[in-house]
Formats: sequence, structure tokens, C-alpha cells
Amino acid sequence: MAEFFHMGGYALYVWSSIGITAVVLLLNVLLPLQKHREMLRRAADFHELEGGNHDTR
Amino acid sequence: MIKTEAAPSNSGLFKLWYHRMASPVWFYRISGKLLPWLWALFAVLLVTGLYGGLVTAPADYQQGDSFRIIYVHVPAAWLSMFVYMVMAVSGAIALIWRIKLAEMVLVSCAPIGASFTFIALVTGSLWGKPMWGTWWVWDARMTSELILLFLYLGVIGLYSAIEDKRMASRAVAILALVGIVNIPIIHYSVEWWNTLHQGATVTKFDKPSIHIDMLIPLLLMAGAFKVFFAISLLLRTRNELLERELPRKWVKQLVEENDG
Repeated sequence: MAEFFHMGGYALYVWSSIGITAVVLLLNVLLPLQKHREMLRRAADFHELEGGNHDTR
Repeated sequence: MIKTEAAPSNSGLFKLWYHRMASPVWFYRISGKLLPWLWALFAVLLVTGLYGGLVTAPADYQQGDSFRIIYVHVPAAWLSMFVYMVMAVSGAIALIWRIKLAEMVLVSCAPIGASFTFIALVTGSLWGKPMWGTWWVWDARMTSELILLFLYLGVIGLYSAIEDKRMASRAVAILALVGIVNIPIIHYSVEWWNTLHQGATVTKFDKPSIHIDMLIPLLLMAGAFKVFFAISLLLRTRNELLERELPRKWVKQLVEENDG
């Protein structure tokens, strides 16, 4: 197992390559998912104002 | 005389399919149904590819274990070019047929393509240091890949700089189409110029010069990256769709369904 993490002496290069790739890919789904929630919230606000009873506000 | 109803011709069917493809509501629904399957496929490809690449594949006889960087470097580099082609083709469709969905795909491609290009450059650098003794050289392959990153960043910057999103899409489509000349330059750079970067080991016409136990995980990882691109593209395009069509009735219905 230690040998696996050691990567024949290239651990720094191999694992930082994989780590950086993982972080960049993760951001590529987390940011859109976060924006999706924000979009749905904005849509809900917009349509509530449009269709709701304006007199109560 | 018998009058017969004309059967829908091929071009009629094509038009129907074409309009459904371009319909925002239809796209939103179908992509929502598709996403869980894509996630599952991605997980399978990623786990098998990583296991094969990092555990079962033998170490390279020249490069030792450092060659394992190939399993993120090469898929990212392939995708960096593939995403550009998808972006440019969407740009052409957006310019010629004025299809809004093509505009949204076009702008959604740019950050994903930039990400893959960034990964290809950084992991290449991390591979170059132990193998070539340098993080970076201004050779044709690396310089053209860096230009690709700037093209993606240019698309992102230009799109956000123009207020009217339809006009912005057209401007960005033209930029994407002009930049397409860079793609063959990247691909053939290792043949056209003498360079530090090694030649192709997989994408050449004769037999790939890579062992089958090393090749299979590479193809699995390339598949995983491609599916990942599809996932991220769908997520971003759905957001773009919601943003542009916020006042529309189908978005209202969607919000009501979510509440209920």
C-alpha cells in the first residue's frame, strides 16, 4: 500500500496531477449546481411577484 | 380516384425532431431525466479507469510510475480539443439558424473547455518536470495549447462583456469559428515541428505504440472525461436556459411543481 502511494518516487507529480484534476472537475459540477438552485429561487421570486396578490404588499 | 394522405417524409420527420431538439422545455425535461444515467456511467468509467491506470497497469519501462499522469493528462488534452469542436459547431448553428439552444450550448462549452485545457497544461507541466527536467518549454504543442486556453477565456470574457445576450452569442460564435484554425495546429504540432513533447501513442493510423494493459484504462478514462463533459454541459446549459427564459410560463410551471 505504501508502495502504491510512493509511485516509484514520483508521488509528488502523480498525486498532485490527480488532485488538481479532481478539484477542477469538482468545481465544474458544484458551481453549476449552486447556480441552478439560485436560478430556481430567482424564478420563484419573479413568478410570485408577477402572479401573486399585489395588494398585500 | 383514390386520394391518399401523404406519409410524413424523411425531411418532415427531421424537421419535427429538429424543432423538438430546439425546444427549451423539451430540452430541460429530457436532460433532467438523462443526468442520473450519465452520473452512473461516469462513476463506472472513472472507478474502473482509475483502478486500471493506477493499480493494474504496469509501470513504464522508461518513465516508471510517472507515466501514470497520462491517465488524466491525455483525456483532458483530447477533451480540450473536442469541447472546442462542439463549441465551434454550436457557434455555426447559432449563426446560421439562429437557434437559441445552440447559443446556450456555445457559451456553456467555454468554461468546461477552459478547465480541460488548464488540466492538460498543468498535468503536462507536472509530467515534464521529472521527465524532461523542465516545467515548460515554448514548443509548438504547448504554445498552441496555451493559445487554446486564451481562446476559451476570450469567449468567456467577450460573452460577459456584451449586455445583449443574443448579440453576445453571435460575437462569441464568430470568435469560436475563427479560433478553429488552432485545433489542427495542436494536433499535428508534434509532427510538424521538432519538439520535446512525445509523438502520438494512440491516435495514429498504424497500431498504437502502447501496451494493451496501459491502453484500456486510458480509453476508460477518456470515456469518463467525455461523459463528465456531457454532465457539466447539460448542467450549465439548463442554467443558461433558466436565466434567459425566467419570465416564461414553463419556468413558472417548473417552480410550482418544485413547490408542490
